[in-house]
Amino acid sequence: MSDRFPACSPRDIARALACTRRDFLRSAAGLVAGSAVMSASPFVFGATARKRKVIVVTFGGGARDQETFAPDGQQNIPHLLQELAPRSSFFTQVVNRGILGHYVATASLTTGVYETLNNFSAVPPEHPTVFEYFRKDLNRPISDAWVVAPSNGFNRIGESGYRSYGPGWGARVILPKHLLTAAMSGATTDYEHLLRDNYETPLYAPQLGGTEFELEQLEMVLKLSVEDFKAHAKTLSSPDELSLYIARQLMRQQAPSLLWITMHDIDVAHAGTYSLYIEGIRRTDRLCAELWKIIETEPEYAGNTTLFILPDFGRDSDEDAGGNGFQHHRTGDPASRTTWMMALGAGVREGVVYDRPMQSTDLVPTLGCIMGFTPTLAQGKPLTEFL
Amino acid sequence: MLPRDLTADQFAGYPPEARKLAVANLDTLRRLPLSFLPSLLREIAGFDYKFPAERRAVTGELSVLSGLTPAQIAEWFQAFSQLSVSPKLEQSDWPGHPGKFVEQQSEYLWSTHQLDAFRRAATEYGDRIHAAIPPEPPPINRLGIAIIGQGVASTGEPLFRNLRKHGTYFAQVKPDNGVRVLLEAVAARAAAHPLPYGHWYIDGGQPAEHSPALICVSWHGLEALRAALLRNMQAQIARPGMGPEELRTYLAQLTPADLGMDRSADPVLSYFQLKVFTEGSGTQIFSTTFAQWTAREALRRAQPVTMLVRFGVRQRQRPMNELFSKVDASAPDPAGSLIDGDMGAYYNWINQQRLPGSERSCFLVWFEGHNQAVAVSPSLAPGTQSTSAATLTDLLTWVTA
Repeated sequence: MSDRFPACSPRDIARALACTRRDFLRSAAGLVAGSAVMSASPFVFGATARKRKVIVVTFGGGARDQETFAPDGQQNIPHLLQELAPRSSFFTQVVNRGILGHYVATASLTTGVYETLNNFSAVPPEHPTVFEYFRKDLNRPISDAWVVAPSNGFNRIGESGYRSYGPGWGARVILPKHLLTAAMSGATTDYEHLLRDNYETPLYAPQLGGTEFELEQLEMVLKLSVEDFKAHAKTLSSPDELSLYIARQLMRQQAPSLLWITMHDIDVAHAGTYSLYIEGIRRTDRLCAELWKIIETEPEYAGNTTLFILPDFGRDSDEDAGGNGFQHHRTGDPASRTTWMMALGAGVREGVVYDRPMQSTDLVPTLGCIMGFTPTLAQGKPLTEFL
Repeated sequence: MLPRDLTADQFAGYPPEARKLAVANLDTLRRLPLSFLPSLLREIAGFDYKFPAERRAVTGELSVLSGLTPAQIAEWFQAFSQLSVSPKLEQSDWPGHPGKFVEQQSEYLWSTHQLDAFRRAATEYGDRIHAAIPPEPPPINRLGIAIIGQGVASTGEPLFRNLRKHGTYFAQVKPDNGVRVLLEAVAARAAAHPLPYGHWYIDGGQPAEHSPALICVSWHGLEALRAALLRNMQAQIARPGMGPEELRTYLAQLTPADLGMDRSADPVLSYFQLKVFTEGSGTQIFSTTFAQWTAREALRRAQPVTMLVRFGVRQRQRPMNELFSKVDASAPDPAGSLIDGDMGAYYNWINQQRLPGSERSCFLVWFEGHNQAVAVSPSLAPGTQSTSAATLTDLLTWVTA
């Protein structure tokens, strides 16, 4: 059932959100499904289809309720709770029934199918991605769909290996850390930490070539000189900040209609250091709010953009003896499989909480409904709350 | 091959005691499904390097299984029998390398969406085994101690948020000679109740002077091992064809001798120390992670009755802009380490409570050099606070009363 927030304080809304999340995790075996089908689609009154834009932000590395939406965790996400949640439709129960590795889970989010590819290889998703559906169905140019991804392993996420759809209908992928490597001309002896590919296998980074292409991206696509890029990178504290910086440049220079950003600072939790995990949550919280401000102030995006924010999955609970609490997502327990999604912006009902379970594969069909394409091979179902 | 085709020769590569155990239980092993058996064989294969509590668990489990009728075997393992195993796994040398099988089986279960069914089957099986082998209560009530916040002058962080609701918060602790007092207390327990691997002292830095009756594992004491392991890993990574899965398999097969550990040392403890680094994530980099994971594994495996963990100061995680300015990588982060230690202490308590006798177990966490502590014990009311002045000796007396 849905609860509409009355005109109440952010504090009340935060409490309502926290209680809902907490309650559903307490009874993870099953909640009463939502019945929040509205009388008319909010998108009927939204921006026109041609101008509509969608930005999806995923966290590669979930954050648990006790560090976020539960009372003790609220101090870590002030921006999500007080600035974004009151303006959002909030889905409390997003279940991921697939493999809990970040690349394969993100690939599943982009295809609407639980992919089974090797999480640690730079291989394309097996099924058509949202970018291919979007561009082919709507005949959009390649400049209209972009992915900003944290690690080399995500290099192939923009386009599937599904032959009848490709090649050529995918999104362009930009890897900010790879870009930085190229800009530094290989002088990265002291940047291993920054350029670490991912936190699940910190010692491995699939090798990518194409330095020339990366530098071309800088100058032709992002309209940035190498020196300006390097100078700005030196002012940032984390790879996700670099990703947001690149995303902002993309929005200003290319204004894609479909932009997918994956963040992964939170996944430092794999190192077992709770304080760094909390820092990652707080930084991601801040960056989400910054992205929303960019959306609201960029002329191409203001008023016609729908933003989706969701972790790709959760993390292990403290109670599961098979795991080690926040550190990993290996047990497949309800806490590691269950997360949330926030939607805000154009066409979204503000201040609504939906408790009914949805699957992470439902995202692509939902985007199809919003943007007007048909993801024929996706396994998920469109969220009725957006119909 | 299938379990029914097992022969004694297939255990030739096992260490002596493991081989003997496997051969003695060959008939029992042949009756078990392939989706389950390698998990048990992995435990048997490591038998020579297991702690006494682990050995009792393995032999007890085999004893229960050998007593089951064919109908009971079918009933107990019905859920496992319904799980598919890939032909590649079936054809592998799973008796000789059960650990490798289990790793690859895990990947297969994830990719075929059978993991949840496997979890249910494993949980059901574990419940049956626990019912068949009632847990032995410890000879004395367990005592866990965590010392956190080394080197922190003051903090605005509210400490012990997770543990306060389970115990009594003390706000006027006299910190004088606290580390020494606590170490002497655990030494006295070790002297009064000598048990093999029964009393541990884990230090995330340089260990303080302590009784030889304690099993001591420390970050500084294992510096040479960490360095050797990292060199070894780098060499392996540079090899063609090496990937994350291959590296994990390689690490699982390393022995203490491969990394130059003292051959005269206790092999059980040497293997334990090695696995802290080869199986733990972040244990090679951050001392707070090392202390938490070492305690977790010691509690899970050795089931000690005394566990004192002193969290040290870990190195900083450098932000991106500092990487450009070449700030010292080894600079310490005491404030972050305090937060890590606070959560680590909570996990120590959780892991202690998973062991038999938890209803009588005691736990004390203290902010080193300061006047804050929480004591959890059946004799202390949960969720309460005391503002009375108390020494650490007082707290130990109350918590173990």
